Amino acid sequence: MAQMKFLCDAERCIECNGCVTACKNANETDWGIQRRRVVTLDDGKPSEVSISVACMHCDDAPCMAVCPTDCFYKTDDGIVLHDKDICIGCGYCLYACPFGAPQFPKEEAFGERGKMDKCTFCAGGPAETKEEEYEKYGANRIAEGKLPLCAEMCSTKALLAGDAQTISDIFRERVVYRGHEDGGWSSVEKAQMSGPDVSGNLDEMAYDATRATREG
Amino acid sequence: MHTLMQCLWRLRMVGVVLLLAVLAASLAPPSSAAEPDEEIGQAVGTVDADTWRQVKSGENFVDSRYDSTYNLINPSGETWRQIRNEWISPAGLIAIGGMLAILIIFYLIVGRNDLDHERTGRKILRWTVFERSLHWTVATLFIALSLTGLNLLYGKFVFRHIFGDVFWANMIMGSKLIHNYAGPVFGILLIVILAKWLKVNLPKKHDWEWFKQGGGMVGDKHPDAGFANAGEKAWFWILASVGLLVVISGLVLDFPIFGQTRDNMQWANMFHGVTSLILMTVALGHIYIGTLGTEGALEGMATGYVDETWAKQHHNLWYEEVKDNAGQPQQSDPPVGDDTATAHRPN
Repeated sequence: MAQMKFLCDAERCIECNGCVTACKNANETDWGIQRRRVVTLDDGKPSEVSISVACMHCDDAPCMAVCPTDCFYKTDDGIVLHDKDICIGCGYCLYACPFGAPQFPKEEAFGERGKMDKCTFCAGGPAETKEEEYEKYGANRIAEGKLPLCAEMCSTKALLAGDAQTISDIFRERVVYRGHEDGGWSSVEKAQMSGPDVSGNLDEMAYDATRATREG
Repeated sequence: MHTLMQCLWRLRMVGVVLLLAVLAASLAPPSSAAEPDEEIGQAVGTVDADTWRQVKSGENFVDSRYDSTYNLINPSGETWRQIRNEWISPAGLIAIGGMLAILIIFYLIVGRNDLDHERTGRKILRWTVFERSLHWTVATLFIALSLTGLNLLYGKFVFRHIFGDVFWANMIMGSKLIHNYAGPVFGILLIVILAKWLKVNLPKKHDWEWFKQGGGMVGDKHPDAGFANAGEKAWFWILASVGLLVVISGLVLDFPIFGQTRDNMQWANMFHGVTSLILMTVALGHIYIGTLGTEGALEGMATGYVDETWAKQHHNLWYEEVKDNAGQPQQSDPPVGDDTATAHRPN
């Protein structure tokens, strides 16, 4: 069985927020609810880097472990979904989640949280009818054989979604092509400073844009 | 002459400029534009171990979510999960289950603390109507909050499997609503009741002796006690300390609209869990002593009056001071005001 995962290639993410918009559009989420977000570190500095993040559909999901209602479940594809009919809006999943994925529409008295909303990997959720499913959880693109819209619309293909094996193969291929020091966990810059023989490769990358014209 | 001077001047200036240019060229760092290595270092972001440390620290980042205060990765959530699921949950079960077991064993071995002498039938006012209604309101709220709170912590392991999804959804939603709305009411009334009973619960010298003798729960000894014995005082001060912590931490969780962060709420939740489980455990002891454990104790809080014999046995110092006010047996329902009660509890 597939194990669905997101992977954001931070070397490629250009902080265009296309994924955020695509998600919002595909799922028609409530006002103020933004299932995906882009976090930028060192904004405006040479070391700036951006990463798109939403629910990571953890193998050992903390939200599932702490939910007092037990409303979470994992699909056969490893996607973490939740039942809004059982959710009571206690906020424990929010306390536990490392990625800040669960969000709550503020709509009840005294700031009481509404039903939790989070990324469904575009896999909908438990409902009687398709309309109800869309209303509560947003799109079910997985049922239509499609991947999450955020990843499909990513302009630089930084955000990858799919079976963990497949997307990690793609990422690994990129890392090998870029050159790496320790399995891609070091930056390109570092790899190029101390790596064995990647200078030619890096030179190609540096002039990537012009190379197309030269070769074409 | 004039033009010659000008020419020489110009030559000299050109020389100085040339010299400066050569100097500058030799001192200046190599231009980065000519170095593809450096250029790529600037063109491509650096994702390395430091980046991931930074991701956890929550510094130097901007977030596209409009009201986000979250780091990219919050390790504190996992800590909270471990403490709540691996420590507080099982510890609470052990504490409450252990207390129940102790009480059952105690009851089976020692049994009820009976009155040593016959009742005289003369009644002494112990609790006014106001005090009794306050007590039972707080008690009802306490039990409601305990049961709903326990359901929030342990319910999912039991009831969903027994009753099915629909019943469970309503049950747990009801639990949350009752818990969230009864909580603040309990908090207010707890403060009222603490204020009301503060005076009679101030520690006295004889209280220490009471503790040393175990409150006379086992055997025939009856250590000195005023209106409130040392055990009651201990329960009062536990409510005044742990109880107030439960209320405060609960309020932090109940109204998440005052800018408290997720970390604040994780802490509040752990505090709330630990303190409320302690309170429930001690409350079981209080309930036991007030009902099954002591003959004649419940009728005091139910009717407001206790028998003279009971007062003498359990609260001898208080009895000595109020015995003259003891009512006649036929006195069925005398008017009970707060002033009367004050007259009944000089110590």
